[in-house]
Amino acid sequence: MLSFVAQRIVKGVFVLLAIIVMNFFLIRLAPGDPAAVMAGEAGASDEQFVQQLREKFSLDKPLPEQLFIYVKGVVTLDLGFSFRQQMPVAKLIAERLPATLLLTLTAFGISLLLGITFGTLAARFAGTWADTAITVSALLFYATPIFWVALMSILLFSVYLGWLPSFGYETVGGNFTGWAHVKDVALHLVMPAMTIGLFFMATYTRMTRASMLEVKRLDFVKTARAKGLRDNIIQRRHVLRNALLPVVTLAGVHSGTLVGGAVLTETVFAWPGIGRLLYEALLQRDYNLLLGVFVVCSAMVLIFNLVTDLVYRLVDPRIEFAS
Amino acid sequence: MLKKFVLALALSTVSTMALAQEPKMGGTINAVIQPEPPGLMLALVQNGPTQMVSGNIYEGLLRYSKTLEPQPGLAESWTISPDAKTYTFKLKQGVTWHDGKPFTAADVLFSIETLKVTHARARNNLVQLDKVEAPDDYTVVFTLKQPFGPFIGIFEVGSMPIIPKHIYEGSDVKTNPANNTPIGTGPFMFKEWKKGSFIQLVKNPNYHVQGKPYIDGIYWQIIPDAAARSVAYETGKVDVLPGGSIENFDVPRVSKLPNTCVTGDGWEFFSPMAWMWLNNRTPVLANKKVRQAIMYAVDREFAKDVIWNGLGKVATGPSSSAIKFYTDNVPKYPYDPAKAKALLKEAGYKGEKIRLMPLPYGETWSRWGEAVKQNLVDVGMNIETIATDVPGSNQKNMEWDYDISFTYLYQYGDPALGVGRNYVTSAIQKGQLFNNLEGYSNPEVDKLFEEGAVATPDSKRKEIYEKVQKILVEDVPVAWQLELQFPTITNCKIKNLITTGIGVNDGFRDAWIDK
Repeated sequence: MLSFVAQRIVKGVFVLLAIIVMNFFLIRLAPGDPAAVMAGEAGASDEQFVQQLREKFSLDKPLPEQLFIYVKGVVTLDLGFSFRQQMPVAKLIAERLPATLLLTLTAFGISLLLGITFGTLAARFAGTWADTAITVSALLFYATPIFWVALMSILLFSVYLGWLPSFGYETVGGNFTGWAHVKDVALHLVMPAMTIGLFFMATYTRMTRASMLEVKRLDFVKTARAKGLRDNIIQRRHVLRNALLPVVTLAGVHSGTLVGGAVLTETVFAWPGIGRLLYEALLQRDYNLLLGVFVVCSAMVLIFNLVTDLVYRLVDPRIEFAS
Repeated sequence: MLKKFVLALALSTVSTMALAQEPKMGGTINAVIQPEPPGLMLALVQNGPTQMVSGNIYEGLLRYSKTLEPQPGLAESWTISPDAKTYTFKLKQGVTWHDGKPFTAADVLFSIETLKVTHARARNNLVQLDKVEAPDDYTVVFTLKQPFGPFIGIFEVGSMPIIPKHIYEGSDVKTNPANNTPIGTGPFMFKEWKKGSFIQLVKNPNYHVQGKPYIDGIYWQIIPDAAARSVAYETGKVDVLPGGSIENFDVPRVSKLPNTCVTGDGWEFFSPMAWMWLNNRTPVLANKKVRQAIMYAVDREFAKDVIWNGLGKVATGPSSSAIKFYTDNVPKYPYDPAKAKALLKEAGYKGEKIRLMPLPYGETWSRWGEAVKQNLVDVGMNIETIATDVPGSNQKNMEWDYDISFTYLYQYGDPALGVGRNYVTSAIQKGQLFNNLEGYSNPEVDKLFEEGAVATPDSKRKEIYEKVQKILVEDVPVAWQLELQFPTITNCKIKNLITTGIGVNDGFRDAWIDK
């Protein structure tokens, strides 16, 4: 297993380097650069002003030289300096990563827990009204745009009912400590986490249901039944466990992208995470910050893919690590 | 409904002015800031959000009333020599920086030298400056090469922020770590900046204006989505929505919420003016008749009433009615599609494709672009809309890669500062923004703007600027649209928030909360 992990890490490093080089050129294809944005925001510009900005950001150097400087930095774990935020990129990402992880992992937990539970129930009661209710709801959550769900939740829970705060990570100026702080953050977390969670929950519900119905028809389930095992044991130990592989695959793919994929939710709920940082960096052509977020997101995808492979083995011991 | 809303706006402005009450001490104001500023060191960063937050931290030598009359700031008095070439400022004594060090004339001299390098607008404003001296610790003397009419108008905090010499001397101002914890002389001190969430300022207990500020602090809340900003106000989480914080179409609804006050005041110095650049280099738009046809074809009253909810004024020419030497004695361009069609026919327009680039500043601007496109299509023009984001739009404008492009620019109280730059030949500079992007060149206009900047007295300047306005309106180098108004929306418990022509960018030093 160790050699398998080592091999994957080495491959991952090369993949990451290729991603950096591709992204480096890709983001420069978009019109406008940080100097154009900042000159625009300043409400005044002259030749000296724009030139100063380009020199400051090394944008006056040839592209290959800029790439060399960037890659050299990344190798030494220096992700560069954010043009717009006036801070080292690594520090910015480190500041925002905990908020994103809290949001996405909570959403991920909600979606897996509810998705697998509802999927199992739907499969167990396939063809009944309960199955129809679950699958239709799942379809609704899957088909509704995330930003719309976000805005409607704000309208319902913040404006009309006044139960939940509509934006931010914590109450600004609240100065809560201990459990009061935990409760405050949790209240702020509910709507954004549910917004993302419900979308992914829908996917897992449908996937679990379909997979379980397929496994239920297999011979070993009939054998288990013939042995006289109770239905809930068959469902839990035999059907669900075998049906989970495609769900784990899907969850692995999602978990990596969740880090950068919460852009809309973080923007609508003013959640101070990586997704919002990415969105703002894009609008401001903050090349270093954009690349930095891409590097972190890509690394996350690679790491979660590796974890997914390891989880396969836990779920299904028949799978072996190919090295 | 529209009339009611505009009337309510006017009444609320009047009522807030009329109700003079005794200020109360204490409390914290929660205000929205959008987008998050890149930095708070005003000598280095001059974008809107930075000015809005840092206008509380730093100060200028002067402030300006809503009629743009100079008022004391860090300077308590000033005199102008009879030849209008020497400006002497007497600085206020007993002023200290937030770290307790005394503020003196040396700080002013240091700031001027720094701003000449770091601040594009200040550099331009100081173009006629010959020398600046400090005969003593509390006197600063500016000597000009020749009289410069708008000079007394360049000392507000955003145009000329005064920074502490003792912090920055001998260091690279751009990389000095102190930029992260800015130190000024203003009514509020920097406390904390939680990136992506809020910026906290607290009361300066040693502020040089006795008894002020009244409030204990300000939280600037960073909320990236316009709808979420509306909700934050609606649910009482923020008390102040500075102009432009929410989408314009949401303004009438939010304005009607209970205990809500709205004012259009505080934009007099900036006088934002919206127009469409018409690229005078393209064969079709090089023809004056086509440009005039566009003016007749666009229904600007509709844009004002429907897209901007009745806020603002239809522009009559290059100058906003709020700035000096404005005249409406110029040729008029009412909405007249028939005349537009006739002019296009005279100009020999044969349906050549024209690219229209709306300003990518949100839904209101997109809708405006669509309305104008429809107006132009209605008179037979072949219009293609170009969609892009802010960097793309800036880049295309800078590279003159457009036919018609929306914009809005500040005018800074005087035509020599905010108007001339858009029409004189010397300001045709590729790769720059906010200059003569349309490529219009008229030697007579050049001469008049050159004379207007240095002429004395003001009556002479008035004559010159009225003449140049007439010429420009006849030539239509760009298509002027609206004098914009960005209403500031506040909870009515917030009193005296806007007391100058700089508005919320001038700090909350006079504001108080009626608890």
